Amino acid sequence: WEVSSGESLNDCPGTSSDQAGKSSACQGCPNQNICASGAAKAPDPAIEEIRQKLTSVKHKILVLSGKGGVGKSTFSAHLSHALASDDSKEIALLDVDICGPSIPKIMGLEGEQVHQSGSGWSPVYVEDNLAVMSIGFLLSSPDDAVIWRGPKKNGMIKQFLRDVDWGEVDYLIVDTPPGTSDEHLSIVQYLSGAGIDGAVIITTPQEVSLQDVRKEIRFCKKVKIPVIGVIENMSGFVCPKCKNTSQIFPPTTGGAQRMCEELNLPLLGRVPLDPRIGRSCDEGRSFLTEVPDSPAAVAYQNIVQSNVYCLQNHCFFIFQMYVKIYISF
Amino acid sequence: ISINGLAQVKHVVLVLSGKGGVGKSTITTELALALVHAGKKVGILDVDLCGPSIPRMLSVGKPEVHQCDAGWVPVYADPQQKLAIMSIGFLLEDSDEAVIWRGPKKTALIGQFVSDVAWGELDILLVDTPPGTSDEHLAVLENLRKHRVDGAVLVTTPQAVSTGDVRREITFCKKTAVKILGIVENMSGFVCPHCSECSNVFSKGGGEELAKLTGSVFLGSVPLDPLLTATLEEGRDFLQAFPESSTYTAISQIVNTVLSSLDA
Repeated sequence: WEVSSGESLNDCPGTSSDQAGKSSACQGCPNQNICASGAAKAPDPAIEEIRQKLTSVKHKILVLSGKGGVGKSTFSAHLSHALASDDSKEIALLDVDICGPSIPKIMGLEGEQVHQSGSGWSPVYVEDNLAVMSIGFLLSSPDDAVIWRGPKKNGMIKQFLRDVDWGEVDYLIVDTPPGTSDEHLSIVQYLSGAGIDGAVIITTPQEVSLQDVRKEIRFCKKVKIPVIGVIENMSGFVCPKCKNTSQIFPPTTGGAQRMCEELNLPLLGRVPLDPRIGRSCDEGRSFLTEVPDSPAAVAYQNIVQSNVYCLQNHCFFIFQMYVKIYISF
Repeated sequence: ISINGLAQVKHVVLVLSGKGGVGKSTITTELALALVHAGKKVGILDVDLCGPSIPRMLSVGKPEVHQCDAGWVPVYADPQQKLAIMSIGFLLEDSDEAVIWRGPKKTALIGQFVSDVAWGELDILLVDTPPGTSDEHLAVLENLRKHRVDGAVLVTTPQAVSTGDVRREITFCKKTAVKILGIVENMSGFVCPHCSECSNVFSKGGGEELAKLTGSVFLGSVPLDPLLTATLEEGRDFLQAFPESSTYTAISQIVNTVLSSLDA
């Protein structure tokens, strides 16, 4: 990489691009020869298989963040719980964090295993209408490490989308690891036939987080995923004793609000820090039912009651659903 | 001229966690600053290619990375050149630019970061990593095979969702024969600045329990300190700014323990 000549580090042109294997960005990539020979250009047949398999899934939403530890899994889990409160809806939660799968613990499903049937892998049901899939269910011990490079992770994600018997689903929520790498590219690639409704982006208020989240938003623009909006998590802490608020993760550069203004994205809301959220997650219980009066649960309520303009009608519909569920609590 | 960038580096310590957002970059930065204050020459290799946090935490901005005969010149955080850094953050024209790379390309760049950077004489090279047990981690270890890796510091927060992932990272270390220098429990309690009440925002005790469970050394707990987060936001030296704080004491103790295990 000729950094000092002023050329910026370009990202991979894509294996199906005319420039595959030939662009300056391909120098040093171990797959350069494969791409240059044209072998990588043929579309993966799995994309069509997945499109067919997921015709029974009405809406697909990604939960993303460039930054780790901001609350993606927490949000994915609780959005799923909230949507599943409507018994008439079928909800599915897919965890594609291959190295650090948190969803089984947060959903209270640790130790569950996946079963295979004639129609594929059965997801694990936490409620009659809430199905979950995670690599966590395929590991036999909590100490098992998944030490896989990109291609193997991609293969797993392909199987999750193609081989899991999701059945009729109203909302498929996909929880992701932080970053803009194999897992994210694979989810987008494998769902390119089936379609993605949009992404919810999670951040915390401080610039160290926002600087990574802006990259994730750029990623969404590049791969053409509509951004439903941004949620600012861990937004202030109310001391249980004196009730004063402290900004543990200070919004030194204006927090998610300023970022959303600059990027013209909806700020869906701010959720404060509450020790009871972490405890609920550790215990595998939904904090929406455990502590509905907590400032954080109230904030979730405000998120859905505020006017959210979405890029697509059905995204707005999701949050209308959330309102109905919330008010019934 | 041999481009073995690490030829004069005495010790290499990885900072790992299975979990994201627990404070790997924070701990790496504070360890580095503490070591520099203790008179050491330190390097930080930031192999988090998708989310590089080190440049901001040390307010190094976007300097140009130059080449010399011995390889790429690292960026120095201080005029005395006691703290050398290499991060993809320095190579991006636009700091909001996303690095959308699959594993092989990440592996290739990390190889260059390890071998082609002219680190020069260093007492310790700290390697800040992204969460997980994947390409970046394997790439670092493979490229460091010629050079000794003294060990890894593992960072967790107290809660089970975090220690659950860090257990897997411990397995990674065992499988790749990386010695675990110890476990740091970060975000360990928050003392309200208004009334001094301590709240266990991210639960309590998980780091110490994990150390016991896995037979690892418990290096210590670092509290959740808004002053620490604020100084990192601004790229200021927390240790110089707040030497009276309990956070300072906690970090110093961790550094001392790590140094003793390196000298042992």
